[in-house]
Amino acid sequence: MSKGVDVNLENVWIKFGDFVAVRDANVDIKGGEFFSFLGPSGCGKTTILRAVSGFLEPSDGTVRIGGKDMAGIGPNKRPTALIFQNLALFPLMKVWENITFSLEVKGVSKADRRKRADELLDMIALPDQGDKLPSELSGGQKQRVAIARALCAEPDVLLLDEPLSALDLKLRQHMRTELREIQQRVGITFIYITHDQGEALTMSDNVAVMRAGVVDQIANGHSIYNDPATPFVASFVGENNVFRGKIKSIEGEMALINTNRSGELLARIATAARGKLKVGDPAMMFIRPEACNIAADTAPAPNRLTAMVKHEEFEGQIYNVFLEGAEGKEIKMSLVNIGQHRQSAEGDNLTLEYVPDQAVVLPVGELASE
Amino acid sequence: MKAENFLLKFILIAYLVVFFGYLLGPLIVMSITAFNSPAFPKMAPWECLTFEWFDVLARDQRILSGIQNSVIVGIGTVFLSVIMGLAGALVLTQIWPKLRATYYTIVIAPILIPGVVLGISTLVFWDRINIMLGFSSGSFLHNGIFLTILGQSTFIASYCMLVFIARLQRFDTGLTEAALDLGATNVQAFRKILLPFMKPAIGSAAVLAFLASFENYNTTTFTFGKFPTLTIELAQKVRYGINPSISSLAFIIIVLTVVGALVHEIYRRRQQLALANGAPVAAVTGGFQLPKFFRGNPAAVILVLMALGGFSTIWFAQVYNPTECKVDVREQKRLIQGERIKAIRQKQLEQQQQKLLKGPDVFGGSKTQPPAAAGDVPQSPGKGAFGNVFDPGNLDKTAPQATPEKPVQSPGKGAFGNVFDPKNLDKASPQGN
Repeated sequence: MSKGVDVNLENVWIKFGDFVAVRDANVDIKGGEFFSFLGPSGCGKTTILRAVSGFLEPSDGTVRIGGKDMAGIGPNKRPTALIFQNLALFPLMKVWENITFSLEVKGVSKADRRKRADELLDMIALPDQGDKLPSELSGGQKQRVAIARALCAEPDVLLLDEPLSALDLKLRQHMRTELREIQQRVGITFIYITHDQGEALTMSDNVAVMRAGVVDQIANGHSIYNDPATPFVASFVGENNVFRGKIKSIEGEMALINTNRSGELLARIATAARGKLKVGDPAMMFIRPEACNIAADTAPAPNRLTAMVKHEEFEGQIYNVFLEGAEGKEIKMSLVNIGQHRQSAEGDNLTLEYVPDQAVVLPVGELASE
Repeated sequence: MKAENFLLKFILIAYLVVFFGYLLGPLIVMSITAFNSPAFPKMAPWECLTFEWFDVLARDQRILSGIQNSVIVGIGTVFLSVIMGLAGALVLTQIWPKLRATYYTIVIAPILIPGVVLGISTLVFWDRINIMLGFSSGSFLHNGIFLTILGQSTFIASYCMLVFIARLQRFDTGLTEAALDLGATNVQAFRKILLPFMKPAIGSAAVLAFLASFENYNTTTFTFGKFPTLTIELAQKVRYGINPSISSLAFIIIVLTVVGALVHEIYRRRQQLALANGAPVAAVTGGFQLPKFFRGNPAAVILVLMALGGFSTIWFAQVYNPTECKVDVREQKRLIQGERIKAIRQKQLEQQQQKLLKGPDVFGGSKTQPPAAAGDVPQSPGKGAFGNVFDPGNLDKTAPQATPEKPVQSPGKGAFGNVFDPKNLDKASPQGN
């Protein structure tokens, strides 16, 4: 069913003078896939996108689209269409002219273009808006026009550069589902750039997490979240409590960590770190706030730790509980709101427990800066 | 407090009056002289309302061909300057950031170089080229219009470039990229995206270029060859003395400029208002509403206004005949002259009598003169720099004066008024007797 084509980056380096924007990226994107690049701003994800769309040539390495080397092929000759961060709708053209610009430059007659524009306007649920100017549309409408304009060019690969970042929360959530639907309908390869992990996880088949020009991990959303490959991924995607320490013992997939401040804790060794960690190695352990819970049994165990509640926040679906462990170690715990009014436990000493399988151990590395 | 406020207000108003008087005074004076009948442009003694200077202007072949040359040169300069300016501005956005400041300095330099230098260098440069290419001296490289267009464009293109740079700074290069990404070639992206965006700037640059070209003198003066432009013609005319037909030309130019500026401003404001409020223009302006046809169509309004103005002027010019008034003025002048002549004769008579009485006492005689000379005073304000050279009444004057002692002096009358008038000599230095 998939019409989309593969996109491959092989040992791609992109340098601006002395600055290395992308370092040895190897990414294989399958045809018809919704693929996201996730990373903080300035990590090089937009640079990769520009290399795929042809606005810049990699300093080294190969970009293949549909198996074909794209070196020396300009953006107007590549089977890609880019949706810009600011959308870049042509302000002086009407909506329908915007949408069919790719046909206009091919010399398609005005009547045919108008017809195609009306089809696409129906598809994006903006019928009869073709004669407006982009400035007369709302943010979400502009967004959809930009998508229609890109789709009108019938690309094999659609590239999206943080297209939802300018929208408000509700609209953003709505557009996520809409984008995903459009992708499944047209079946072409989508490459999506975002710094919003929610977008990346909800929409994508696969996600590449980038840090300072390096691709840290490529996996589906589930693996990215639950089985991070680096401390950066663990701390950037979602929230995590970080415990530093040394490995005391290893038993199969599980390792016992002698943490600096919180005693001995048990955790699973991340898939990427298997076989790389030995007893005595310094390591980092991550426990998700939502993996923690209040223990009924307060007896010491390698998956329990005690801390005092400093304050609580009510966020709607969850309560965030901020605790202070031994030697001032800050710990965050999220409790699901199950509808009953929670008695504030501020000032109380609590024993937390977690499922050891939900905590991961990784070799020491760079964290995402908060 | 209140008094202080009043004083401040007064000073402010006084300042504004002086300021605008300084700016607009000469223009107003010049405009008025265009409708006054004396042959030398003057406002002060208002003689007769006349339109004859427009007539004179319309029949002046040199001025007309000057306007024609100016327009040709202007159009050529607009084309060349807009294209060069746009290219220059585009290069500025494309060039390596390190070179940008240097490049900017170079392309902006022509504005700082005196126009005279540009004119001379244009002339010399193309003459060299002409010689290098082995063309005859009459080739197009020596053509006045060709050289003037090139010479003016050297610096007018820089003006245009400044306009374009300002506009380009607001251009989102993402739009060009989007066009390329959608399959447009570079040429298509330029034509369909950048050029439409630059349209308003191209319009203002063209107007700017045309005006700069039209009023240019110092560069053109070296390059015009056989095709003097309007400014050159005017300058040459002034050298041989001017008449109010030049004022009438100035008046036409002033009116066109003011009308153009007003219309543009009105149009711009209405657009802004409409845009700001998102409401139809008529609703914004409120009150008086134009008929449907004129709404949002300033061109139609101007046309109607111009036609009305034109018709009324022509009608008035035909109905009104200043001949009578002129004859009156002439008659009046003749009378005044006659009195003056009388007074002079009287004076001479007195002098002769005094000579007879006092003999060689020259100084004593001079002291008696002022009362006699006082008779001339009412006439003096009517004399401009050129005096009454063109006044037929003067003809009468020379005749009687030729008879007494100083017939030699009369040819001395001319550009310097009556300074050399024998009568004045009498007044100022009776010693001559």
